[in-house]
Amino acid sequence: MAVYLDHNATTPLHEAVYEGMQSWMRSVVGNPSSLHRFGRLQRDAIEHAREQVAALVDAHPEQVIFTSGGTESNNLLIKGLVAATDAKRIAVSAIEHMSVLEPAAHTAPDCVVDSIPANSAGYISTDTLEQTLHADTALVSVMAANNETGVIQDVAKLAACGKKNGAWFHTDASQAAGKIAVSYRQWGVDAMTLSAHKFYGPLGAGALIVNRRLPLLAQQHGGSQEHGLRAGTENVPAIVGFGIAAELAQKQLGQRAEVMLALRTRLETALARIPAVTVFAQQSNRLPNTVQFGVAGFDGETLLMQLDRAGFAVSSGSACTSGKTEPSHVLNAMGVADELALAAVRVSFGRDNTSSDVDAFVQALSGIVDRMSNSAVMMAATI
Amino acid sequence: MSQATINKPIYLDYSATTPVDDRVVTVMLKYLGRDARFGNPASRSHVYGWEAEAGVEQARSDVASLVGANPKEIIFTSGATESDNLAIKGAAHFYSKKGKHIVTCKTEHKAVLDSCRQLEREGYEVTYLDPEANGLIDPGKFEAALRDDTILVSIMHVNNEIGVIQDIAAIGEICRDRNIIFHVDAAQSAGKIDIDLEQLKVDLMSFSAHKIYGPKGVGALYVRRKPRVRLEAQMHGGGHERGMRSGTLATHQIAGMGEAFRIAKEEMAVENERLLTLRSRLWDGLKDIEEVYINGDIDQRIAGNINISFNYVEGESLLMALKDLAISSGSACTSASLEPSYVLRALGRNDELAHSSIRFTIGRYTTEQDIDYTITHVREAVEKLRELSPLWDMYKDGIDLDSIEWAAH
Repeated sequence: MAVYLDHNATTPLHEAVYEGMQSWMRSVVGNPSSLHRFGRLQRDAIEHAREQVAALVDAHPEQVIFTSGGTESNNLLIKGLVAATDAKRIAVSAIEHMSVLEPAAHTAPDCVVDSIPANSAGYISTDTLEQTLHADTALVSVMAANNETGVIQDVAKLAACGKKNGAWFHTDASQAAGKIAVSYRQWGVDAMTLSAHKFYGPLGAGALIVNRRLPLLAQQHGGSQEHGLRAGTENVPAIVGFGIAAELAQKQLGQRAEVMLALRTRLETALARIPAVTVFAQQSNRLPNTVQFGVAGFDGETLLMQLDRAGFAVSSGSACTSGKTEPSHVLNAMGVADELALAAVRVSFGRDNTSSDVDAFVQALSGIVDRMSNSAVMMAATI
Repeated sequence: MSQATINKPIYLDYSATTPVDDRVVTVMLKYLGRDARFGNPASRSHVYGWEAEAGVEQARSDVASLVGANPKEIIFTSGATESDNLAIKGAAHFYSKKGKHIVTCKTEHKAVLDSCRQLEREGYEVTYLDPEANGLIDPGKFEAALRDDTILVSIMHVNNEIGVIQDIAAIGEICRDRNIIFHVDAAQSAGKIDIDLEQLKVDLMSFSAHKIYGPKGVGALYVRRKPRVRLEAQMHGGGHERGMRSGTLATHQIAGMGEAFRIAKEEMAVENERLLTLRSRLWDGLKDIEEVYINGDIDQRIAGNINISFNYVEGESLLMALKDLAISSGSACTSASLEPSYVLRALGRNDELAHSSIRFTIGRYTTEQDIDYTITHVREAVEKLRELSPLWDMYKDGIDLDSIEWAAH
């Protein structure tokens, strides 16, 4: 099997999560809304997971709304808030995930969506944010860490700026949680999106951490689950897994970050020796596990194919936009030229990766780059 | 009661949720863990993604196969609640220029009713049909409720509380004739009775996995391609599921749903006979108790459901007295409220009778011993509670309780 270097797309379950979910998948029956013993056991499991998730991001368990994933959390927050406040204007950063950009776009034509530009380092600055804000901007949404470049925003500062202007502040922390310290309280945000499968939890579980004073209308109707904000029978095994993954992430955060950063540094040091390679936002504060780079003069799709053949699972950027041939909107927002953006490769490490994975990857990449340059030279020579 | 029985109540609440079949778990585990096919099915650049996607597509065809659909007509969601929301709001929004009238029934699941209420807040008009006393919809009365501006009809296939089966074939014909989109919530029918979407004139159909021995957190919506039915997506961001439902697909859950549907197709016929025998055994053991009534039509009904009113017994007290039976007084989704079931009230049952009703739903792991134990305990409990009931005394003394004017207090 190929070496997996695409942990920002999804992660394998942690062994303890796998074990913890098993019993809930197998032997335990019951609908958490049922009043009998079976139902109550499920309810208790959900509440325990709620505490674990809250602890990871320094929030109160009451603030945790479980959803089916990060996409649903982002949809609920944006559409729910716009509907509840009758908002006429919101602002979202230009480098957000599609699950923020698309629901935002969908609030039109009743609501104007302002795009907050990023600078060439991948940051959203408070100055730019302030220039984007209007008196009637109801919501600001800026992600904590970008899924492609890994650039980490100064959320606390941005949140303060947004709130000073009277807007609610949301941050999508799907990529940040479990990789860097995340604090709902200290950052001073009103809402935060989390996704379990980005930190060794299961697919199908996410959360919206939300200030209970924030006006929000449910987007899925038909039951009073999750304070009436999210109808539907809870996915108990996945929620249990989410809780365990959160607790592990909290305990192992420092150690994981250290290991990831060592791999990242090793990779970037080696990449520096390949002249065609440019690491995006290299000088910026980035997630310890993420390196996105472009290889000048190459086609990204071909590169990925060659890397796959050589036994390395990587991607160009977001899995959710993969298969598309347009350059990444994130790199675009940073002013990266289309040619280079179309030659993007994202490596995102996980806890199973080793330094020999890095060495093997670099060797394979160098080989591919050399071979392809040579054949390009030869082709040019024949012509 | 011994400690052992208290620790192990008998599960008779299969309409709320079902245990996951071991074979389903085995399939799910193929997609969970470090050595598994754990990739993101949307990842196009490596084998982890392709294997996950293959798992999703296998499941899509297994789900389609149980209900006579084309795999391309199956959209995966996080559950039947999401499917109902997507179908009703998605279709209503898309076809809003054609009209703003919707027809549904008072006995629908909350996911349908609350979606309709949301549409009412948005300016749509909704007709909530009354079912007949047996829980079934009269096709004539149904047709009479349709208007020129009716764009959508939503009628459940099988009711979650009383288990009655609506004639969706007849309703479908009427809708198709008038070019009205027809949605069916089949959360309680898929895997329990035959569904053939090639024959049925149904445009949208909601499915749930955890009602037929699959996992929680996954469902599907059938969206007909011929004639083509359009929807406005309710969740945006990435354009998964042909743009109708964005969000990373939970591979293991979807694979589990596929396996559950595959097994259902294989075993449904045999299983239904067994369940029908068990249900008859249960009813035979209870029917000679005085003043008990079955709620809902007994023939047009799935094998696994029986809903009984025990007159002059308070439902909550009965549930308390039957602690070693996991049963409910109605839908799990409304069980936290002490209101009498809105389904039974829609049938014309008075509050007292609605309050004294218990839903027994049996399934794959219910045994004859479970049934016999249940009969004994229900009989004991009803007898005991009636001994304590002044209403029962009055009834036995021949007093017509309806004629009494209760003093206000």
